[in-house]
Amino acid sequence: MQVTGSRFTVETALAGNDLTTFPDFPAEIRAPAGTTYGVSAFQIQFGAGDIMTPGDAVDVLVAMNPAALKVDLKDLRLGGSILVDTGAFSERNLTKAGFPANPLEDGSLAPYQVLTFDITRLTTEAVKAFGLSTREAHRCRNMWALGLMLWMYGRDRQVTIDWLRRKFADRPELAQANVAALNAGHAFGETAEMSEQLVGYTVPSAPAPPGRYRTVSGTEALAWGLIAGMRGAGLEKMIFAGYPITPASLLLHTLANLKAHGVITFQAEDEIAAIGAAIGAAYAGALGVTSSSGPGMALKTEMLGLAIATELPIVVVDSQRAGPSTGMPTKAEQSDLFQAVHGRNADAPLAVIAAATAVDCFDVAIEAVRIATTYMTPVIVLSDAYLAHAAEPWRLPDAAALPRFPVRFRTDPAGFHPLLRDPATLARAWAVPGTPGLEHRIGGLEKDYDTGHISYDPDNHARMTRARAAKIAGIANDIPPQRVALGDDDGAVAVVGWGSTYGAIHRAVREARADGLDVSHIHLRYLNPFPRNLGELLQRFGRILVPELNTGQLVHLLRAAYLVPAEGLSKVAGKPFKVAEIVDAIESVHRSKPR
Amino acid sequence: MTVTTITDAELVPKDYASDQEVRWCPGCGDYAILKAVQKALAELGAPRERTVFVSGIGCAARFPYYLSTYGFHTIHGRAPAIATGIKLANPELDVWVVTGDGDGLSIGGNHMLHVLRRNVDLQIILFNNEIYGLTKGQYSPTSRRGTRSPSTPQGSVEYPVSACAFALGAGARFVARAVDTQQPDVVALLKRAHAHRGASFVEVFQNCVVFNDGVFDHFTAKDVAPDTQLHVEHGKPLVFGPSEERGLRLTPGTLALEVVPVGDAGVPLHDILVHDETNRALAQLLVALEPPAFPVALGVLYCNPATSYERELYAQARAAGFGREPADLGALLGREGTWTVER
Repeated sequence: MQVTGSRFTVETALAGNDLTTFPDFPAEIRAPAGTTYGVSAFQIQFGAGDIMTPGDAVDVLVAMNPAALKVDLKDLRLGGSILVDTGAFSERNLTKAGFPANPLEDGSLAPYQVLTFDITRLTTEAVKAFGLSTREAHRCRNMWALGLMLWMYGRDRQVTIDWLRRKFADRPELAQANVAALNAGHAFGETAEMSEQLVGYTVPSAPAPPGRYRTVSGTEALAWGLIAGMRGAGLEKMIFAGYPITPASLLLHTLANLKAHGVITFQAEDEIAAIGAAIGAAYAGALGVTSSSGPGMALKTEMLGLAIATELPIVVVDSQRAGPSTGMPTKAEQSDLFQAVHGRNADAPLAVIAAATAVDCFDVAIEAVRIATTYMTPVIVLSDAYLAHAAEPWRLPDAAALPRFPVRFRTDPAGFHPLLRDPATLARAWAVPGTPGLEHRIGGLEKDYDTGHISYDPDNHARMTRARAAKIAGIANDIPPQRVALGDDDGAVAVVGWGSTYGAIHRAVREARADGLDVSHIHLRYLNPFPRNLGELLQRFGRILVPELNTGQLVHLLRAAYLVPAEGLSKVAGKPFKVAEIVDAIESVHRSKPR
Repeated sequence: MTVTTITDAELVPKDYASDQEVRWCPGCGDYAILKAVQKALAELGAPRERTVFVSGIGCAARFPYYLSTYGFHTIHGRAPAIATGIKLANPELDVWVVTGDGDGLSIGGNHMLHVLRRNVDLQIILFNNEIYGLTKGQYSPTSRRGTRSPSTPQGSVEYPVSACAFALGAGARFVARAVDTQQPDVVALLKRAHAHRGASFVEVFQNCVVFNDGVFDHFTAKDVAPDTQLHVEHGKPLVFGPSEERGLRLTPGTLALEVVPVGDAGVPLHDILVHDETNRALAQLLVALEPPAFPVALGVLYCNPATSYERELYAQARAAGFGREPADLGALLGREGTWTVER
């Protein structure tokens, strides 16, 4: 189903629609077919307008079996369409899904338009010329359904046909069968006898600024952004070290195929070794990057402390997922914010930034490399399970116009010691092994501010602690002041968000403003340090609403930093916010008495 | 007119000493190992700027501070991971890992397993003193059963791990063993380890004078050493004793070694096993020898090189285009599935 969704996404993007997707699948690799916990879903919203979320309520639900209907019917709007494969609505599958009676017959779907086709039989007939096993033939059902959907929305099929031929290059009969199923589904739409039920839709192209576009997932954008960052820093290579963990592994897989761009990937023996290799690489003058999700981030904690103590530039990408512990590995959450900002022993500050959309991952990755190399510090990039998979159209940037921030390795031995600081940034000198005359020793033991040698001196430790804090705090002077994403820069209500909730908050604020409410959207990329004007900006609003996919972490940080009466809106369901949930909260804040 | 060629002055051992005061306990075996390392570096003519020492935590881990090369004192057990990252970033660097029995075989056991298995081109020196020194004397994973320590007042009930057996089991392709006080042997082994391309593992029995003094005396004391140490050499028979009057052979009928008298009164020399450092099965038998029934095997126990990890990795990367003309980022971004919106 994920493949079917991805192909529909590509064809939709090529048709010039704006779109946002939400792949939602179980952690089990091949969960038993027909069970509710094995349902793999792919949600896409597309249109001619500005699409910012995968959509609250679904207009068309394609249910390939009773379990999918059971799980996803609640997301269908009243009056929406359901396409079902009657061939999959067997007694056995109905029982597995927990339907006491067949919902196609008991009238329970009356509020919806139900379109029933025996997709299983139609697919089997379409592919019977190719001599597939029954099982293989049944697996072509998704392509039949995709063909029908492509017809419904007037999409082309050629790119998918080419893709199928590449994918099954060594099993031509499978390629032919899948293409036949795709074509059969499409032809069915054109000629079906039940055509009074089937209506073809035309979705015009979204008005978009001129340029070259493609769809991009958050993971792809991150990978390419890291490469662009490496180039911006003038570094020769990136050592990317990771350990398999859902949903972060995708980044390792993506970069493993980009070696021509100066990337060496290393699958380490564990999360600790992965960040260790990134630190070693940074020490030796490369861009060191590691990536993980919450549980793996916990394992990397001690190494982050070492990178802070030795002041080495690494980028750590955290694709957050629902926790604690193993939690729900494929479901998104924003609950690692505290861990990223505060989760280390001792006073151990580092920079934390977050990506708002799949496209934003590109710029955020470049910015992470810039901050890391300019300030000689680890930078944590917060992404999440939703952003890792979600895709949207992206206007390709001009590669020649990307940011440049070349690093200057120390080469001059005169007066050198490893803690020599740049007076402006407080960054220490980056002196790389291989440089004659700069041989030095670094490590996790406290070092003397003026010589870099081991020091247990009490005043020196206080001075070093302050220097480490001042260096990170100073980044606030080197990042853009916080802007208002939508609305006025003062007023009754500010909705303050961070990370992948951007689209839902933005739409909600837009809707509320259209209804005449005084509300603005502020979205934070920089979470540590905060932009220098943030406190002053927040003070200009009567109420501050902070929607988060956690139990209230940013709201806590904002209150602590600025003593503002920020109020949280929490969702911890493993799913993104719906626009309506945020609109309701905005209305509720407006209705209630001001403080 | 005369032409003067300026060459780097030849470096001597003291050129590899840093300006930092060495702070191990007086009489610690680490001093001897430090001297041996400095001597080995001098004899190798190792360029200081291209030499990196990486350590974890423990007494041994202070090592990098006392050398004038590049050095990275990391965290407990993780030196192999950081050394791997250094080597991946710059395979031209000469990277040494200094670890101990607790650092390398307990908290860092997993990293040691994998760095050896992967065959990253590093020299790994494991100082084995069978005790946790820096944390004040707790038993370590190499401590013998019955070791009394602050955490085992009634004696440890654990069976120890053998460092070299672990290394062989992990797939190490260079395994050697020496005693801290036998400096010429240590220097020679370090030079062999350095010449080996891939992960080289050198265990040094190191005496902790404070918490475990004399723990190796039963085979390192001068009066017993000739009878309890077997110095192996590739292609030479496995003989030991003050006048090499004893040797090792395979017990007929089973896969076990036995000590036999050599010469007129005993077994002819040609029946004694000849050391073959490329033979892993023999190496496994040798590392398991323990007094009093057997001597302790020292020297290069196993050496069977294969292409190192980072070389293989770079060869793959180069085959995929790494290091050629910088690939066009614009081409990457617009590689597939693009469309154009016209004005």
